[in-house]
Amino acid sequence: MKSYKKAQTKFLEQVVGFGFLRLCMLIILGILSVIFFDIISKSWGVITWEFLTQSPRNGMAEGGILPTIVGTVLITIITAIFSVPLGMGCAIYLNEYAGTGKLTRLIRISIRNLSGVPSIVYGLFGVALFVEAMHFGTCILSAGLTLGLMTLPWTITASEEALKGVPMSYREGSLALGATQWQSIRTNVLPYAIPGMLTGTILGLARAAGETAPILFTGAAFALPGLPKSLFDQFMAMPYHLYIMSTQHHAIEIVRPIAYGTALVLILVVFLMNLSAIVLRYHLRKSRQE
Amino acid sequence: MFRLKEKIIRTAFLINGVLVIMILAGIFLLLVLNAMPTFKEVPWKEFLTGKNWNPSSDYNPGYGIVSMIVSTFMVTLGSLVLAVPIGIGTAAYLSDVASPKVREIAKPVVEILAGIPSVVIGFLGIVMVGPFIAKMTGTYSGLNALNGSVLLAVMALPTIVSLCEDALANVPKSFQEASLALGASHWQTLVKVKLQAASSGIIAACMLGMGRAIGETMTVLMATGNAPAFPSGFLNSVRPMTSTIAIELGEVPYFTTHYHALFAVGLVLFLITFVINMIADIVLHRYESKLR
Repeated sequence: MKSYKKAQTKFLEQVVGFGFLRLCMLIILGILSVIFFDIISKSWGVITWEFLTQSPRNGMAEGGILPTIVGTVLITIITAIFSVPLGMGCAIYLNEYAGTGKLTRLIRISIRNLSGVPSIVYGLFGVALFVEAMHFGTCILSAGLTLGLMTLPWTITASEEALKGVPMSYREGSLALGATQWQSIRTNVLPYAIPGMLTGTILGLARAAGETAPILFTGAAFALPGLPKSLFDQFMAMPYHLYIMSTQHHAIEIVRPIAYGTALVLILVVFLMNLSAIVLRYHLRKSRQE
Repeated sequence: MFRLKEKIIRTAFLINGVLVIMILAGIFLLLVLNAMPTFKEVPWKEFLTGKNWNPSSDYNPGYGIVSMIVSTFMVTLGSLVLAVPIGIGTAAYLSDVASPKVREIAKPVVEILAGIPSVVIGFLGIVMVGPFIAKMTGTYSGLNALNGSVLLAVMALPTIVSLCEDALANVPKSFQEASLALGASHWQTLVKVKLQAASSGIIAACMLGMGRAIGETMTVLMATGNAPAFPSGFLNSVRPMTSTIAIELGEVPYFTTHYHALFAVGLVLFLITFVINMIADIVLHRYESKLR
């Protein structure tokens, strides 16, 4: 009888415990649904063709957000050009060439710490290096490079994961046939690793596209009369625009719909980038299992 | 000929690898170089122990960073109180309770949450969390430390969940099997065996979440109300280190003491997150070698 009761409490404990864990998951689901419901329901009417294809008018109280979309796309391209090759190169060094010595450990520690450096500190670094020391001024190039530095550790980590996924035998087979190390990397490792590298890289770029703090002082502008014409022009960007529209504008309540619209477009851009990466990864896993 | 080419390629990749160390060192050096001139005018002690931050005042400029450090830690600890239990709970749910099918759906959900830009979370702090807090507590705007904590918790959750889940997944299957074979229930096994075995991984996850929360800029900038005074409670406006830099760097003329002082704040921020990440790293390494 006693042991029966004990088993009963044990069972009850488990039911309550698992219930708590379920509740935790539901809270996260709830947070996400509330976020999406609020933004989508309040911005649905705002998103029109004009909103996406026109410049702000009338002290930014009317019109669209085209320049901010263009700006975000431009800096993301600079970010990619800077951080993708360097990130992949570093990952290739770590996974294919490096041993397990002190230097390798130091590089790994640096990567982990770089990914923990606050985004605003990258902003300070961008001001000190690109804007000031290199005399680029506040512009697309400075902001893109600053974001590129910030994304670098993510690109490296993702690329290395992809390289780790290529079986050792691929390398050994090619080396045994007399290929040099670089030849075997180029012909037998990279072709299989590049899709995975791209997946991780896209996720990193999506995060960079939504970042605000690093571009605050390195080139983002409140409002500009036209689209940027060169890399040394200032630019408008979606995240910065949302920040201004919700805190700095002189008629915050009136421009709230525009802020909501900007938030939705920003989320959609980031979400679509994430989704393409996730779909790519899913297909990769499937094709590998077959 | 081949050998030379191989050597050159190898060296190029080596340089690429070393570049990462140089970037980290470069960030540190540039912060130090730009922060140094502050201390020609402001003594170290005043900077690190003063509560009054008011660099733009003409009569009595103050450069003490204690108020903003306290604000940063207040908002961060508040966020951890909210995020750690929910994060560990969700991770445990995903690793031990959920069916594979549910997991397949739930994991991307957590990733989507991680993908929402911080400025959007900050915006929601203004339009949603702020008014809610104002209504519940009767405060005027709802832009305060509590608001910042709630938002930072949302931002730290994905980090904590995914790293805790990794830690739980790394617990050897034999631990679980041994516990179940001795008659423990799944729940007992989870709490008394798996969570114990994964504890250092979980601690590291929480520390990394904390590091992320300390360095988060846009959410606290938009939602905490930006009052540069010494914080007196969670329902008061605060101004953490990150927001101070974000607000003031745009306004100061370059190369003034104020400008350099902001780099000094950045340096302090860099060092704090650096130390937290290093500790998390050491804890995690010890954990990994222990399991092996």
